[in-house]
Amino acid sequence: MENKIEVRNFNFYYGDFQALIDLNLPIRANQITALIGPSGCGKSTFLRALNRMNDTISIARADGEVLLDGKNVYDPDIDVADLRHRVGMVFQRPNPFPQSIYNNVAFGPRVLGTAKKQDLDQIVEESLQGAALWDEVKDKLDKPALELNPGQQQRMCIARTIAVRPEVILMDEPCSALDPVATLHVEELMRRLAEKYTIVIVTHNMQQAARASDWTGFFWLGRLVEFNETTTLFTNPHQELTESYITGRQG
Amino acid sequence: MSTLDEAPAAWQEQQPSGAPAAKRNWRETIIETVIRLCGISAVVIITLIFLFLLKEGAPAFMQVPIRDLLGVRWYPIEDMFGLLPLLVGSLLVTIGAVVIAVPLGLTTAVYLGEFAPPWLREILKPVIEVLAGIPSIVLGFLGWVALAPLIQAAGAATGLTAFTGAIILAYMALPTIISITEDALYAVPKEYRDGALALGATQWQTIWRVVLPAARSGIVIAVMLGVGRAIGETMAVMLVTGNAANIPAFGLGAWFQPVRTMTATIAAEMGEVAQGSLHYSVLFAIGIVLFLITFAFNSLATRFIGGRSRRRGGQI
Repeated sequence: MENKIEVRNFNFYYGDFQALIDLNLPIRANQITALIGPSGCGKSTFLRALNRMNDTISIARADGEVLLDGKNVYDPDIDVADLRHRVGMVFQRPNPFPQSIYNNVAFGPRVLGTAKKQDLDQIVEESLQGAALWDEVKDKLDKPALELNPGQQQRMCIARTIAVRPEVILMDEPCSALDPVATLHVEELMRRLAEKYTIVIVTHNMQQAARASDWTGFFWLGRLVEFNETTTLFTNPHQELTESYITGRQG
Repeated sequence: MSTLDEAPAAWQEQQPSGAPAAKRNWRETIIETVIRLCGISAVVIITLIFLFLLKEGAPAFMQVPIRDLLGVRWYPIEDMFGLLPLLVGSLLVTIGAVVIAVPLGLTTAVYLGEFAPPWLREILKPVIEVLAGIPSIVLGFLGWVALAPLIQAAGAATGLTAFTGAIILAYMALPTIISITEDALYAVPKEYRDGALALGATQWQTIWRVVLPAARSGIVIAVMLGVGRAIGETMAVMLVTGNAANIPAFGLGAWFQPVRTMTATIAAEMGEVAQGSLHYSVLFAIGIVLFLITFAFNSLATRFIGGRSRRRGGQI
């Protein structure tokens, strides 16, 4: 199986505090990789390190390698905007821009100049269909995105992300602000998206990781304790810490 | 659900035992009444000011034909009350000030809020806020002593021109525009920036397409307050614009000729007119015109903001 991303000897620091310690793991192409662990264990930091969203924090510092198709994304000659175009991100709280639905989804292609004007309508429609939202919003594309309910907003954010045709989609607890029905929508959507994209999802919800992912990594205090196929990790964990966490005795 | 049932009991315990209900209600009533009176009095006073303005200015509109009021000659001694030169003077100075202050103020705010390193921002922001406190007459003095000679040296017939006034007014408006715009940019949620950056937008694209539009209502308020300060300004303008009540030749050169603004006219002549005379009424009429312009400007701006900011209400 092909590795889309390969993380090697990766450390991450906020000032003097080391948030991630010597991480090594593969992210398989066209699969869903879930990252679980208690709050503050570094899983979100790790996710944001993959597309260098942590660059916006001035005291943050990384060493080691994150190889995207074999090329280290922390190399000095990497264009960070281009990296984030290839490795998109969906955030914990739906964050639509205070603009219309159409303009939200068309934002990426417009900014990147990847689409001609006449193709925009089609891209917006395809992206919204890809995010399973088209039928609900096709008659109100010019309405403010903030009028959608949270579940719709989150799917719109996913549509906005796939509108730029990324290769990897990072999801940072995408369902934590959603109700169970909306959560189910997003999980089904992830499954469909994995046919085209490589997906990494951080989740608090172990059932979600067990249900929706192919691979699971368990983080504890900045270290990757265990990484394995999801079924193996949940049914037959090799580490005691993993077992006590997933059975609810620890964490 | 149990917390709901327990809540009333908890509230009752928190009530100060020494204050009986009747006494507290009585206190509430007094406070409410005082607040209500303050609120009403503000509205009443503003209405009274407007009525006074109308009463004193109305004779001008009745005794001087509208055609004369729109005339190009302002010679009050010969009973020629053409307001056009004053209107043009005010417009030239104000437009000039806006054209200078708005782009300069917005770019400064964007630099401070988005690009400047934190330590520089910590220094510049308080300095700019102190600038807002400089008395306008000091700026006018500065314009007269330092700026006017420069402008004359640059080729204008005199240094006291509409342009000189515009620069001084722009610098009066700048601190307000910068400071409030920066606050508005700061208030834009980090989630918006993250969202744009995560799509592959550069820092500048993020600012231009997401942050600035999201901060629009705050920026409009910044410009309104800044320009509002400039429009009503009198003394500094009087010092540096040359005070010639004539209509400058049409074109860009208009800014480099002396003008006289409406505010400066009132300030300069009010002390000399006989109370109740026609000249006196016309000065009040100028006040009415100023009032209407400011009012129209404010309503336009509020309407612009109103349509946009309400959408934020949909946010969770």
